[in-house]
Amino acid sequence: MIEILYQVMEFVLPFSWIKYDFMKNALLAVILITPIFALVGTMVISKHMAFFSDVLGHSALTGIAIGVILGLSDPTVSMVALGILLAVTVVLFKGTTQSSSDTVLGVFFAMVVALGIVILSRGGGFVKYTSYLIGDILAVSPKQILVLAIITAGVLLYWVIFGNRLTLVSVNSSLAGSRGINVLLIEISFAVLVAIVVTLSIRLVGILIINSLLILPAAASRNISRNMHSYTIWAIVVSVLSGITGLIVSYYWGTASGATIVLFAAFFYCVTALFRMHPKRS
Amino acid sequence: MTQKLCVHCCTRIENLNVSFGAVPILTNINLHVDCGELVAIVGPNGAGKTTLLRAMLGEITYSGSINYQVKGLPDKKPRIGYVPQKLNYDLDSPISVLDFIATAISNDPVWLGVKPTLKEKIKSSLSAVSAEHLLNKRIGELSGGELQRMLLAMAMTPEPDLLLLDEPMSGVDAKGLSLFYEIAGSLRKVKDVTILLITHDLIGVAPHADRMVLLNNSIIASGRPEEMLSDERLIKALGPSLWNISKLPELMKEKGRS
Repeated sequence: MIEILYQVMEFVLPFSWIKYDFMKNALLAVILITPIFALVGTMVISKHMAFFSDVLGHSALTGIAIGVILGLSDPTVSMVALGILLAVTVVLFKGTTQSSSDTVLGVFFAMVVALGIVILSRGGGFVKYTSYLIGDILAVSPKQILVLAIITAGVLLYWVIFGNRLTLVSVNSSLAGSRGINVLLIEISFAVLVAIVVTLSIRLVGILIINSLLILPAAASRNISRNMHSYTIWAIVVSVLSGITGLIVSYYWGTASGATIVLFAAFFYCVTALFRMHPKRS
Repeated sequence: MTQKLCVHCCTRIENLNVSFGAVPILTNINLHVDCGELVAIVGPNGAGKTTLLRAMLGEITYSGSINYQVKGLPDKKPRIGYVPQKLNYDLDSPISVLDFIATAISNDPVWLGVKPTLKEKIKSSLSAVSAEHLLNKRIGELSGGELQRMLLAMAMTPEPDLLLLDEPMSGVDAKGLSLFYEIAGSLRKVKDVTILLITHDLIGVAPHADRMVLLNNSIIASGRPEEMLSDERLIKALGPSLWNISKLPELMKEKGRS
């Protein structure tokens, strides 16, 4: 299956870099994951969850630490599990406390980062784990691509079924509730979705910049969109475009792919921000 | 406070108590609202008016019971049209009026675009509140009155059994107000829709309401608007208004001002 895909890619893309399998894999991963980042990002911004997703990204440190303690060869499972647990906890906790969600998240942020660093730095061994900080999309395996494909399909399905409800909840939860929407179910399911997408992508993009990939395309799209349709479509366009451009450019520059992709997304954000300042937009 | 028991009761609230932590917000609320009745709930800030609506929406925990009877069928969940006091969204939200109503009334994903048939349906809902020109505006661009008209159009699509309105007229001008009452009036007369509305506009609502309920943690007084407006307890709770200004000398005397 993957061999056929490789041949098609080599045929369609007449570039020198495509002859490397790691570039083919990376390109597939980018094409699968960037639209999902865009979709999830649009709602993360609308629901003011940018800090929340950043906390989830950083929770990977503790997730890896738990994996190490349990002796797992691949800490992905513990990263995802902790991310989901944290997401559900935060949503439930927010409902029962009077503190602002910023404060609650700040507390969780400090805990998961500190705990992760304390455990991973035992005996001065933290250097081993620095690759998680910046990620390595070129190391993505065909098996991981399959997982990404499943996640992509899952998120698309979720978006088709729950997209409307999510939008309504993001504007007013009482109003959503009055229309028969189970608000708590929506809040929890979306938080879990963000947790899965973020923690699964840590290996590829890295803890430090994963949140930018979620926020920048949607933020750029917000500058130029007047309705949900264009908001979603432009976010996807910006995300996929920066993903592919960033990957190719990083090959020639010899730089970290994740960070290069983020730089392109930031560039698109700046361009759309200029457009927004244009007086013609009303 | 005892009230007449009604046979075709639409909403029956009995012994309702709500408290946040140790603070009681609502105590011993008994309220029966008939089908097609328009009840205005008035009271000072912090009286628990919005809390009462939130309990009716099932959003907060309470003790006591809230039962509905819809079209003669007991214990059926009514279709509630709700207009909140305020929304919480960024002014740059890329959500158009069309999108917003579509997300509420349809399951077709709005992010894939709104189908022409749905668009026509929403247009006609909006035209019922003279707001079809708002269709493609972003919700962040709406004025207070426009926003409330959009919310009203949304609350009435599909036709509700019970309308809960939390200060729906706070941002609406006189023309919009009379239009609103016209729509509300026809809804309840023709379709038997029950309307519960929170308002500070005592005089505006008086000619249209069947009943006015003064709420201040519990139900202090309840009656026909023309009686209520000159009720001592209402004046004590909310202060004198233009309607009962004739009582002012009496009130000042009470406070030793003359």
